[in-house]
Amino acid sequence: MSDAPRNPVEKLLRTERMPHIWCPGCGIGTSVNCFARAIEQADIPYDKLHVVSGIGCSGRVAGYVNVDSFHTTHGRAIAFATGLSLSRPSAKVVVYSGDGDLFAIGGNHFIHAARRNIDMTVICINNFTYGMTGGQVTPTTPLTAKASTSPYGNFEDSFNLPNLAEACGAVYVARWTIYHVRQLTRAMTKALSTKGFSFLEVLAPCPTLYQRRNKLGDGVAMVQFFKDHSTIKNGASTSEVGLGFQSDMIVGEFVDRQRPTFMDNYNARMKEVLGDSFVPFEGIK
Amino acid sequence: MAQRKGMEVSIAIAEAASACDVDCIAAYPITPQTHVVEHLAEIVAEGELDAEFIPVESEHAALSACIGCAAAGARTFTATSSQGLALMHEVLFIASALRMPMVMVVANRALSGPINIWNDHSDVMTERDVGWLQVFAENGQEAVDLVILAHKISEDHRVLLPIMVHFDGFIVSHMIEPLSLPDRDEVKKFLPNFVPAMRLDIDNPISMGPVGMPTVYTEAKMVAEAAVRGSYGPIVETFKGFGDMFGRHYRPVETYRSEDAEIMMVTMGSISETAMTWVDAQRERGEKVGLVRFRLWRPLPIEDFKNAVRGAKALTVIDRHFSPGGPGGPVSAEIKQVLYGTADAPQIVEFVAGLGGRDINMEDFDQMYGKTKAVLAGAPVPPFELIQVRGGHHGEI
Ligand code: SF4
Repeated sequence: MSDAPRNPVEKLLRTERMPHIWCPGCGIGTSVNCFARAIEQADIPYDKLHVVSGIGCSGRVAGYVNVDSFHTTHGRAIAFATGLSLSRPSAKVVVYSGDGDLFAIGGNHFIHAARRNIDMTVICINNFTYGMTGGQVTPTTPLTAKASTSPYGNFEDSFNLPNLAEACGAVYVARWTIYHVRQLTRAMTKALSTKGFSFLEVLAPCPTLYQRRNKLGDGVAMVQFFKDHSTIKNGASTSEVGLGFQSDMIVGEFVDRQRPTFMDNYNARMKEVLGDSFVPFEGIK
Repeated sequence: MAQRKGMEVSIAIAEAASACDVDCIAAYPITPQTHVVEHLAEIVAEGELDAEFIPVESEHAALSACIGCAAAGARTFTATSSQGLALMHEVLFIASALRMPMVMVVANRALSGPINIWNDHSDVMTERDVGWLQVFAENGQEAVDLVILAHKISEDHRVLLPIMVHFDGFIVSHMIEPLSLPDRDEVKKFLPNFVPAMRLDIDNPISMGPVGMPTVYTEAKMVAEAAVRGSYGPIVETFKGFGDMFGRHYRPVETYRSEDAEIMMVTMGSISETAMTWVDAQRERGEKVGLVRFRLWRPLPIEDFKNAVRGAKALTVIDRHFSPGGPGGPVSAEIKQVLYGTADAPQIVEFVAGLGGRDINMEDFDQMYGKTKAVLAGAPVPPFELIQVRGGHHGEI
């Protein structure tokens, strides 16, 4: 066997930690494959990249990528990443986590990081449930879908994540599914190359919990469903992209705009007030 | 009397909460507590229990919602573990200061970091000072019984305090154990309907949670001290009432083969059962050993403990948590404080073991016992020792 990597994405993976813990048919692994390619395409050196995760099945990504990574406490990935991004502005900071982690226990951090336009990319694997703890209802579980804590169907309205991200101030917002590997890779590349707060929602199968409880077949069945029921509509108004239980879904790039980042605003204001005596923070070396 | 049947302990705890006819449950998923609230969600959804199940967005929200429920006059239940309990930290003080009756079961688990989902007592011990009553179960039957007892104690108008029922994560929570589950009618006889002493009521408005200026804060803390310490009498009375009715008897401090023991092990939680087996084996070999366990951790049953260890020459205290850079584990520290100045107080040899899911086995007990015997034979009392460490307490890892 030669020394050459067997698969182009293996460079980004801690292969010694394989096999990973994800179930057969789970969508998280596919998203990581897209992510590895996006890093190549965005031409980000590994030593300039930090991956931050919370807790949960998607939170395991930080443990499998072969770059500086940070497996934080549940819900706090964005808060950790905020500190990281502001202390080292030259690095690319990516938060890679799940819907429960980012939007239930961690929801507060999301809205404030987007509002401040902190320079980071947030990738949310949305599989509509808490996977690691056994399939409970989350703020993204569609109305009427079943979960272990809503056995007769969810009666709470769910978040429309792209709409939330746009309203809070994200500069780049896109949604793709695990079926759309090429588009997803391109969107990740774009998000990684965008200055400011970028957000990607990745709709993903969780055959073990969400699908089994809702009788939605295996991982492939969900990918087929994504294929059959998604419509690409770049530039769609995010107010129209909410999701229902097994509803048709609009995917695409929804928001691509520019706003000054937190650092831009901070430096501009301090310069205005302090004049030449202000020395902008370049980041720790 | 209910039949004993094999059941996962978490499921049995949920059934016990249901038999207590709780009105509100607010909880967030966290391993290894999850099965408790998942099963309660099912019970509520099936219409077997007329209650509100609130799947909140975090543990901080869970306990806050529980306070809201209790303030409205609802019988309130929740469950958590580890990081979840830690996230509740600031709200724990509020629940006890507001004198909100409620029951929380805690599937004890280590705190991060490193991230660890397995059993020890670091989650409990870091919440020692929050003003809640705290009891420990050693097995599933005790956990079930203590949930029922906890509601009754918490709602007693002489008590009116929230209470935590601790049971070891995975080792007890995921165990399938034969246990006797009191049915709803039996429980109802023991635990009548909840009568709130004070609640938010639009016809009689009150304000809960106001500021306590320096002029009243100290008095408020005195009230908290009196309330927690004063709960001891009602707790013992409630244990007795439960024993009379269900035939299972609980005491603030439990002992095992301790009568003429020269050396006593001091334990809490499920390792007590391993310790009993070990004590039996030692007794067969003629060793004069016994066991003391704290059932009640808050209020600390000081006199019961002193009585239980009277006559012993040495105590081997096993903590499942410790304070790095501090004098040792919290249980040892409290025992030393309690016994300091007592005539003929036993020597205390303290160990920290069973961290983050590491089992404590017979050899570990042998080792701790051996070191305690050495002290009785004249060796100097060693500082606390973290056993089971590769390379030894002060060695290289
Ligand atoms: S439980 Fe669901 S989300 Fe977690 S690894 Fe399995 S399929 Fe993926």
